[in-house]
Amino acid sequence: MKDTEGYVTADGRQIGGTLMEMRNITLRFGGVVAIQDISFDIREGEVRAIIGPNGAGKSSMLNVISGFYTPSEGEVWYKGAKRPPMKPFEVARQGVARTFQNIALFEGMTVLDNVMTGRLTHMNAGIASQALWWGKARDEEMENREKVERVIDFLEIQNIRKTPVGRLPYGLKKRVELARALAAEPSLLLLDEPMAGMNVEEKEDMSRFILDVNDEFGTTICLIEHDMGVVMDLSDRVVVMDYGKKIGDGTPDEVRNNQDVIDAYLGVPH
Amino acid sequence: MAHLTMGAEGLRSVPALLARNASQFGASPAYREKEYGIWQSWTWAETAKEVEALALGLLNLGVNEGDFIAIIGRNRPYLYWSMVAAQSVGAIPVPLYQDAVAEEMEYVLDHCGARFAIVSDQEQVDKVIEVQDRLHQFEHMIYLDPRGLRKYDHRRLHQFSHVQNQGRAAYDEYINDLQARTARLDYDSTCVMLYTSGTTGKPKGVVLSNRNIIETAKASSDFDHLRADDEVLAYLPMAWVGDFIFSIGQAYWTGFCVNCPESPETMMTDLREIAPSYYFAPPRVFETQLTQIMIRMEDSGAFKKKTFDYFMDHARKVGPAILDGHPVSTLDRLKYKLGEVMVYGPLKNALGFSNVRVGYTAGEAIGPEIFDFYRSLGINLKQLYGQTEASVFITQQPDGEVRSDTVGVPSPGVEIRIAENGEVFYRSPGVFVEYYKNAESTADTKDPEGWVATGDAGFIEEATGHLRIIDRAKDVGAMADGAMFAPKYVENKLKFYPNILEAVVFGAGRDRCCAFINIDLTAVGNWAERNNIAYASYQELAGHKQVLDTIQAHIEEVNASVAQDEMLSGCQVHRFLVLHKELDADDGELTRTRKVRRKIIGEKFEDLVNALYDGSTSVYTETEVTYEDGRKGKIKATLEIRDAKVVAATPQRMAAE
Repeated sequence: MKDTEGYVTADGRQIGGTLMEMRNITLRFGGVVAIQDISFDIREGEVRAIIGPNGAGKSSMLNVISGFYTPSEGEVWYKGAKRPPMKPFEVARQGVARTFQNIALFEGMTVLDNVMTGRLTHMNAGIASQALWWGKARDEEMENREKVERVIDFLEIQNIRKTPVGRLPYGLKKRVELARALAAEPSLLLLDEPMAGMNVEEKEDMSRFILDVNDEFGTTICLIEHDMGVVMDLSDRVVVMDYGKKIGDGTPDEVRNNQDVIDAYLGVPH
Repeated sequence: MAHLTMGAEGLRSVPALLARNASQFGASPAYREKEYGIWQSWTWAETAKEVEALALGLLNLGVNEGDFIAIIGRNRPYLYWSMVAAQSVGAIPVPLYQDAVAEEMEYVLDHCGARFAIVSDQEQVDKVIEVQDRLHQFEHMIYLDPRGLRKYDHRRLHQFSHVQNQGRAAYDEYINDLQARTARLDYDSTCVMLYTSGTTGKPKGVVLSNRNIIETAKASSDFDHLRADDEVLAYLPMAWVGDFIFSIGQAYWTGFCVNCPESPETMMTDLREIAPSYYFAPPRVFETQLTQIMIRMEDSGAFKKKTFDYFMDHARKVGPAILDGHPVSTLDRLKYKLGEVMVYGPLKNALGFSNVRVGYTAGEAIGPEIFDFYRSLGINLKQLYGQTEASVFITQQPDGEVRSDTVGVPSPGVEIRIAENGEVFYRSPGVFVEYYKNAESTADTKDPEGWVATGDAGFIEEATGHLRIIDRAKDVGAMADGAMFAPKYVENKLKFYPNILEAVVFGAGRDRCCAFINIDLTAVGNWAERNNIAYASYQELAGHKQVLDTIQAHIEEVNASVAQDEMLSGCQVHRFLVLHKELDADDGELTRTRKVRRKIIGEKFEDLVNALYDGSTSVYTETEVTYEDGRKGKIKATLEIRDAKVVAATPQRMAAE
């Protein structure tokens, strides 16, 4: 597991070396141990899933990756360097973008404006320039708008470009969230239950978009998902958590046949 | 227009027109497409370059003269270029409906023996791949959007831009060959092959020559004074002959700009942004738009609603007259001007019709009030009548002679003949060459003198020379005395009343016509609510005296209008009843596309038909119905039968009978 050579997936994609590595992460909230001594890695170009029953600590894990929680113990290694404790926005600047389990968009703003906020980490014109929309601010805006439009085109949301997000149905909001995360041009994209609450058709669409993002931009994706069918179809490797512990790690097939995983899902007395 | 006709010898093909446009209108826009939120545009000069690069690329792939190249996708400039590039190398473009399923595509691809296909995206690539193993002749596929296609086997699959790049790289090798092939195109070479939708039997490949397309484009462009600065929005299927004539034929002849929407969903927004000056839409589109406006007006504030109603009333009164150039009093004109500022202008802007100079609708009958609504706003909406086999135009309405019940006068260069059974025949330079690989059907449709049967029955109004279409020829029957019986003609007139949902007229082989009526529960229910009339069911409302009175008034109005046509005055409705149930496809009374199945209804409600003809004033009936969950039930009712006033006129006997 410690090699950095990468591997080739079943469908012939070359997966690169380690992008992010979690080393012996433990996360405590007072007396509650949410995550207990977990280690795994995420490699460049792969779709990595974290699964587990309710309360297994998946979202906490994602929050550790995104910098929202600082682990009580253990180290996060990103792009070959140990990551010091950081604020989420600093992590975002390093190229980690995410979507949320319960949608966190600006409801009163249009889809376009929401997606533009994803470009925030790429804008650095001064406040005066911004206010006058002159010089650098203007050039930046145009450049960023073009990037955003490519994402809008990619996710096929042109028809709702100018629609306030509050008026959109749930499935589309999820897609807008993905668009905002993509607009940041992340090297690592974190998706927290991208299919939650969707119908079959919306799930199919979202799956296709996730695969296309991975395929087209080579973005590394780490996702949490409940829908086992989706996870098994989408991901290259899966981490299984239960009660804050890692109980399995491997390809979907390996995980599917792991007795601990089966027990965790079907439920045996602990 | 004089400059356009110069050098007519050289303008015998679409590629020749492109070359002329590139030199004459080189810097003006030829295509626009909204992509990445911006209208991207290409001038005629750029278009010529793009087409040339693609044509060279096609030569590089080994396209031969006479090959068929299938083109599948939504309206995009690249696909229009593909058609012209195909023509430039002597191949024949065959646009297909993009929503066709793989099996339908297989039939067409096999029938024309396409060796190449140019498609839009992964969805279409997948469909063609699914069937390509069964197509012995199929060789290469070119796609536009590379998304999702990276991992596909690229031995026989090529990206559009790569083909163009290869073409540019191989310029020196192939340019002479390309120029020679383009120069060999003449008026009789095939311009395009279009498959008819094939509601009956397998689709047929209609072969249209350069003569068909260019002559038609020339005549129709002159008819409506189309100009190089016109704008159209290309949003109807590329496989449809109308789109080919508007977006290729007329666009290349006059040199106007073709705008492609960003995606089908953004069509309405794009329409507003482009504000086309030349526009085509089927009646359904106009209907939907009108409904949306009305609903939104109902929800608006009292002042806005009052203003809207006031000025729309005025528009209905004088709008069409002003548009047609008839005399209108100065006061009315002033009021109309005020309305233009207050209501009509903003409304047209919201609809994207601010700049429409020429608008057409065709395909089916359009309701008079819908038609009048748009015309009263000052939108020059007209009707045309056409077919794939005619390169679209058979008849069209000249400016100033527009009515909702005719389809206009013969288009320039078109001769019309009405056969003895009422069927309309035409002959024109646009008449198709043949059905591909189907000499039998060609001979059935087109006689040696070039007359083509439309399959529609109609007549020419003597006073105005306008053609009126009655019905499909095979549906037109005769009454007992030999007078023409055209049920759909009368039914359509009845159905234009919002209160009437369906009408079924009987009379074939009988001495007079009678009708079943279905009321529209939404419209009549709404009326009942406003007038405090309580009702529990469709059946109860259908039997209400006031409802019957209203329906009777509608029928009498229709009778009066039918009586004005000498040939059809026998089709006036003498007696009617309002059915106790709604006609339903589940009960087999309608087709799935909501067309009335007259024969089945006649058999099923035989007791009611008999009662209509035996003079009784009421009838008791029981009808079996199928509920949505499949259970059967019975409806019992006593229906009132009423006589409707008819207008006296001697039905004209038809000579053939």
